[in-house]
Amino acid sequence: MRDRSQRTIAVRHMQLKALIYYPLLCALLFTSGCGKKASNVERGLKQQELYVGIQSSPSGLDPHLTTGVVEQYILIALLEGLVTRDGQTLEVKPGVAKSWDMSADGKTYTFHLDPNARWSNGDPLVADDFVFSFKRILSPALGAPNAYMLYPMRGAEAYNKGELVDFSKVGVSAPSPKILVIELDAPTPYFLGLLSHVSWFPVHPPTILKHGTITDRASKWTQPANFVGNGPFNLESWKLNAPLSVMKNPLFRDPDSIRLKRIHFLPIPIDPEERAFRAGHLHLTYFVPSHRIDWYLKNQPERIRFDTYLGTYYYGLNVNRPPLDDVRVRKALAYSINREDLIEHILRAGQKAAYHFTPPNTGGYNAKDGFSYDPQLARQLLADAGFPEGEGFPKLQLLYNTSEQHQTIAVAIQQMWKTELGIDIELYNQEWKVYLSTREEGNFDIMRAGWIGDYDDPFTFLGLTTSNSGNNHTGWSNPEYDALIQKSNETLDPIQRRKILQTAETLLLEEMPIIPINFYVRRLLIHPTVHGWSPNVLDRHPYSEIYLEAEPASTD
Amino acid sequence: MIKQKKVAAANSAATSLGQDAWQRLCQNRMAQIGGSIFILISLLCLIGPFFVSNTYDATNLAYGAQAPSAEHWFGTDDLGRDVFIRTLLGGRISIGVGFAATVVALLIGVPYGAIAGYAGGRTEALSMRFVDAIYALPFTIIVILLTTWLGRSIVLLFLAIGAVEWLTMARIVRGQSKALRKQTYVEAAMINGVPHHRILLRHILPNMLGPIIVYTTLTIPAVILLESILSFVGLGVQPPMSSWGILINEGAMKMDIYPWLLIFPALFFSLTIFALNFIGDGLRDALDPKES
Amino acid sequence: MFNHIARRLLHALPTLWLVATLTFILLRLAPGGPFDSEKQVHPTVRAQIEAHYGLDQPIYRQYLRFIGNLLQGDLGPSYKYEGWNVQEIIAQSAPVSLELGALALVVAIVVGMPLGVLASLRHHRPAESILMGIAMLGICLPAFVLGPLLLLVFSSSLDWFNPLGWNYPSDRVLPAFTLGLFYAAYIARLARSGMLDVMQHEYIRTARAKGLKESVIVCRHTLRTALYPVVAYIGPAVAGLISGSFVVETIFFIPGLGQFFVNSAFNRDYSMVVGTALFYALLIILFNLLVDIIQMWMNPRTRND
Repeated sequence: MRDRSQRTIAVRHMQLKALIYYPLLCALLFTSGCGKKASNVERGLKQQELYVGIQSSPSGLDPHLTTGVVEQYILIALLEGLVTRDGQTLEVKPGVAKSWDMSADGKTYTFHLDPNARWSNGDPLVADDFVFSFKRILSPALGAPNAYMLYPMRGAEAYNKGELVDFSKVGVSAPSPKILVIELDAPTPYFLGLLSHVSWFPVHPPTILKHGTITDRASKWTQPANFVGNGPFNLESWKLNAPLSVMKNPLFRDPDSIRLKRIHFLPIPIDPEERAFRAGHLHLTYFVPSHRIDWYLKNQPERIRFDTYLGTYYYGLNVNRPPLDDVRVRKALAYSINREDLIEHILRAGQKAAYHFTPPNTGGYNAKDGFSYDPQLARQLLADAGFPEGEGFPKLQLLYNTSEQHQTIAVAIQQMWKTELGIDIELYNQEWKVYLSTREEGNFDIMRAGWIGDYDDPFTFLGLTTSNSGNNHTGWSNPEYDALIQKSNETLDPIQRRKILQTAETLLLEEMPIIPINFYVRRLLIHPTVHGWSPNVLDRHPYSEIYLEAEPASTD
Repeated sequence: MIKQKKVAAANSAATSLGQDAWQRLCQNRMAQIGGSIFILISLLCLIGPFFVSNTYDATNLAYGAQAPSAEHWFGTDDLGRDVFIRTLLGGRISIGVGFAATVVALLIGVPYGAIAGYAGGRTEALSMRFVDAIYALPFTIIVILLTTWLGRSIVLLFLAIGAVEWLTMARIVRGQSKALRKQTYVEAAMINGVPHHRILLRHILPNMLGPIIVYTTLTIPAVILLESILSFVGLGVQPPMSSWGILINEGAMKMDIYPWLLIFPALFFSLTIFALNFIGDGLRDALDPKES
Repeated sequence: MFNHIARRLLHALPTLWLVATLTFILLRLAPGGPFDSEKQVHPTVRAQIEAHYGLDQPIYRQYLRFIGNLLQGDLGPSYKYEGWNVQEIIAQSAPVSLELGALALVVAIVVGMPLGVLASLRHHRPAESILMGIAMLGICLPAFVLGPLLLLVFSSSLDWFNPLGWNYPSDRVLPAFTLGLFYAAYIARLARSGMLDVMQHEYIRTARAKGLKESVIVCRHTLRTALYPVVAYIGPAVAGLISGSFVVETIFFIPGLGQFFVNSAFNRDYSMVVGTALFYALLIILFNLLVDIIQMWMNPRTRND
């Protein structure tokens, strides 16, 4: 009886606590109703503010130091180069340079800068700013990873490698404040297109020098309070892993051409990003996870896009490791992958199967297929190489960096090789940094890789497998191939040049140090209120063309 | 009522402490349920795969993810692989990693803590300072760096996880060891010149078994959980092996379109962790003298 | 009391040094460096970058420079995010994680305590098992399952909350619950066993008690002593909350420090890893100290070391 009374007391005590706790909980839930969420898409439409997903925070906003796609997306809002690209046709259009002339021998370009071009703090943009910027990115002390993009310029390579010390000997000069002259080593057919790359963008010299020396890597000049640019937008706020916002630059050389007032870049990881889009928090995403593709195709097909992109997914083979040193083995591996099946069931984004290395229509160059899916021939080749039905074939390792997508593809291909050729391949994945380091050391049999073109010219692809390319991890070296590539760079006539490139490509596919699998497709989600956004292989979408409007865009 | 207690006390004096504890354990309903669940799941995972015809790595791209059916009891995943067999085999891996890493934690933590507590003074202070330092490192950083340094094999995964879990074990053991050292019979043994290692093995360790067993049982589910969190980051068990961690990560992403990918592995996972925790709680209650 | 605090803080220094050193060693042992990237950089360029960060120096010299900087309170620039200092990044993100952690702790206590206490009052009855079963759900469902589950129900279906972000008060709710329910389960267990412990003792005394007043005092005392193990648990709970916040921050897109714990290790952002590790260590030490002080205040008998 006594314990019951004690229990009653305890229970009453509990009820007292309940009186305190549970109202607290209710209050909590009540406040959840407040701060009523306004959808970004609705708000954006009213205020002409675009919300873009960028998957991860930019590692920096210095155009001379960044190499990533995300950084490029943001930089083309904040800065502008000599030329720009049309979002639909990728045609080269005037940027800071209003017009230009090329000399007869193709080695000298004279740019006439737009008199309206200014920096966001009011300073006029002069040719000397470009000279300063080129000097900066080419300075060895800065250690710019993309400095090689400027190598077509005379003396640039030598200066960057420390062989030339006097920058005035490099082929760029500013005879007058609004005239910039660039001299090249050799006539470079793709030069103008190259100029739209961020590595050629100008930076504001006084700002750079205010926050450090010209080659100071850790400088704070890119912080929102300090950033000075010449692009259509100004940096408004930037906190890591939080949205980065830019707002319209009233001092841009052509402010009326811009309709958006603000752009917010949200670094949301893949799956939460798709969820955000579904809930109306983003206009544009960076990606679409594979398992969501079917749902969108069925329910909201106008919101999902698959656009070809300048990139090739391939497997690199270490040609120094037997039996991969036998070209027949390499071909057997390449011919026995059913790319169509892979694309239909796993990739599912309308990618194109790759039977050559350079993506189709790269700067007008369309490579010819070098082989086809032929498991029978593959088996024959493997048998010729001494492994009939896969007997005696060593258990090679397939290296890829940790990712669900790469894993799924690898598993599927592993199965295909087993079924068609009878060989066992071991899958091996490593975290990104470790994978890079392993690759560089050449410590692999087969490795997964992707190559994305810096600009729309075949050289950016075919140059990968030359002997002195730092990105050629396969160990494959062919002097004939090198010579062909060299020759193509010196040929101005586009038709002649394409012929040479095709010869090189055919040679590459005959030797098969790399197995092309498919061409990249940029897949993303886009809200119907976004207009003026055009797909192109460079994935470059000038923000000056984009605007938000209520009626859905007409499908084209 | 007091008379009943006296009788009970007299009865319990007749049985050994171990049997006493065992009796109490068996009376604990939650622990019993937990025990049965765990044994059932373990048996299923260990033996079940031999009776299932589907293999875990047979992909069927055209088939894709299908809901549970007669042929595939738990359905299939994106690549057409049978979820049932993957769940069972995943269980082998997860429970296996759980035990293995716990053994590693035991092998490092128990001697470390026992010696530290026994030695006392400077040795103890320094050892525990070292433990504090590692404890103060966020486990994510340690495990990431350890797995990247040691490599991706599953053995090294046990080591990496064990390297994180031994700390708690060491702390508990040290506390026990320190308390036991002050016992009179230990002091007597020391005066009599019994060598230290003998004292540790004969007197100290056996008397710590209770708490050690309890924490071991509780560490296993913690390891299974930790492995699943590592899978979230991509560092858990590597394909083609599959663990519950990998399966529920995948399932969580797709739960609104392919719910079976999450439900079944998560059920097994949760029940196992549930069961082990209740067994651990039961053991703790059983070995706790206050209950009698 | 103050002597004790001072002594503890002094003891913290070697611990912090050890944390920094261990992190340094582990980072250097891991293959891959901060500047390995997809497109190979020219060797001279690479050399320049490494020289800038002092990575070309012999290891012992790098270590000395590293410790020297730390002693001056300089955590250095981030290797991955150019133009950002580690201190800036931590100053920006830590408040968010701390807020998330605090809210999760509140959820843990508010949900766990009542469950545990109630369960202890129904000892040896079915209700106890049911209540503890509910509590245990928190342990069995890791954050990356619970989070999307809560989102599916409360955001996608019922549309009560935003699916991500940290802008409005309501954005705090789902993340706090996702993070906190795990600890609620532990607190429920501790509260229950604490109550059971105390009730055993007090039971005997109540047998002698007469009248309501004493019983009320006994009950209050029961709760206070039951709270003891819960308070002791708060230290490790905070540790878990901060280092485990990564999953929740990723799923809900919260700009906290948790992501840096993981990503900086993946990026081999040496200075960031050390910075976050030290911050975390400092937090743990301070929190443990706080918990000890509270415990001492609650029960003066534990003042001996």
